[in-house]
Amino acid sequence: MIRLAFRNVTMRFPGASRGADFTAIDDVTFSIADGEVVALIGPSGCGKSTLLNIGAGLYPPSAGEAFVDGERVAGPNRHVAFMLQKDLLLPWRTIAQNVALGVEIQGRPRAECTRRALELLRGFNLADFSAHYPHQLSGGMRQRVALARTLAVDPSVLLLDEPFSAVDAQTRISLQHELAQTLKSARKTALLITHDLLEAIILSDRVLVMSARPGRIVDEIPIEIGYRDDPLRRRQDARIAGYMARLMEQLEIARPVTLAQAALQPT
Amino acid sequence: MRPAGRSAFIRKGVTASIVLFALFLVSWEWGPRLLGIPAFILPPASAVQAEFIRMVSVNHLILHTGITAGEVIAGFILGSLLGALFGYLLGMSPTAEFALSPYILALQIAPKVAFAPLFIMWMGFTVYPRILVAVLIVFFPVMVNVLTAIRGIDPDLVNLARSFTASRAQIFWKIEFPSSMAPLFASLRIGATLAVVGVVVGELVGGNSGLGYLLTFGEGQANTPMVFVCILMLTLIGGIAYLAVILLERRVLHYMPARPLGGL
Repeated sequence: MIRLAFRNVTMRFPGASRGADFTAIDDVTFSIADGEVVALIGPSGCGKSTLLNIGAGLYPPSAGEAFVDGERVAGPNRHVAFMLQKDLLLPWRTIAQNVALGVEIQGRPRAECTRRALELLRGFNLADFSAHYPHQLSGGMRQRVALARTLAVDPSVLLLDEPFSAVDAQTRISLQHELAQTLKSARKTALLITHDLLEAIILSDRVLVMSARPGRIVDEIPIEIGYRDDPLRRRQDARIAGYMARLMEQLEIARPVTLAQAALQPT
Repeated sequence: MRPAGRSAFIRKGVTASIVLFALFLVSWEWGPRLLGIPAFILPPASAVQAEFIRMVSVNHLILHTGITAGEVIAGFILGSLLGALFGYLLGMSPTAEFALSPYILALQIAPKVAFAPLFIMWMGFTVYPRILVAVLIVFFPVMVNVLTAIRGIDPDLVNLARSFTASRAQIFWKIEFPSSMAPLFASLRIGATLAVVGVVVGELVGGNSGLGYLLTFGEGQANTPMVFVCILMLTLIGGIAYLAVILLERRVLHYMPARPLGGL
């Protein structure tokens, strides 16, 4: 079953002057099956986040369509939930109230919201902090709360936009592990946007590579390492190096001079 | 700061404050005499105190203070409510803000106290023109702060709420309104002191009640201690209003990281 699909999605933004519109993403087509985790990687400014916003129904695409659970995305809906690099916790809400934000907005009874929040916080070993306020928590803990808030609405698809890029390297490793475990046990489908090549490889079933603007899908790499729920073990796998090399090749990281020249050329 | 270190810090601060206040009173009482300043220019503390007692029994000082305080409270509450209301409405409608901005700017630049004679011409020597001056003077800082707060909200925060299928009303009550609380209170602190200015100007322009009236009365009689008493009472009213705002702020913004002494 296909959970998330983009069909010929193009997004154009108006430029500074008339006729100077620029295309952020161009004719992107891909789909994600049930329970699959797909990483999307690409140079900064290639429209990765735009794609996520379209998937979440926040902005309509200029052309093409996005589908979630077989339904065309026409606006924000209950099938998807997103998580960003910023934790976006509300400082005036306790941790439990922050986790309950989504379910509360969706109009579930208050008692159910609280029960759901506490249940998730227990799962993330944060039950002791449920009555704390966000400023009392560390960056890594806050990001786990943000993940709990995303899971609280029980979406079929999670859209994760560089969720761990703002935390320190060691915290990131444990957060990646927790995410992998959670996605596996909850059998969730996810689209993970990242600029971290290693993160893309160790967390996903498949890596999609986007080109620089206008963003197009230029490569699709299935990750055939197995044990996707254990990124710590995946990190040590010898096959990582091969995937890294291929990604670097595709992203032209090995040829910085070519990139600089391309940037100097008039578009 | 550790609790022990903090309480020692407070104890030292309080002691220094008391010593400073005693020094101030002593220099006020004997300073003018030593420097040869006549009492009608700078009356000593004891003269002001005697005048205070005289004014309570002869000039209905308590009544006039009550009238002024009432006007300040009414002007402050009305001005803040209107300012916040307009701030939220304009904050949510960029079109309305764009259309109204020249008028808002003009009204903001116009010295609000200059409206006092006009309001008295409209409403006579009552408490209403004074309240209206206070409303006008409190309105702008509150409106501008709320408007800026609504405009400054992280769009990702609004998108997060939208992604959870939030309605416009839910976005306002769950995100925008609580986000505006800290800037709103910052403007209310300013408003509490400005309300006193508005009311006094209204009273100075005309009428026969309030501390502003007693102020002009004392001036007409060249009664310097009387003027001092009025200024002290006005300061007291402003101080209590400011303190009330801070106490309310601490209750509402209890989730904020603790600041030493609440940023007094």
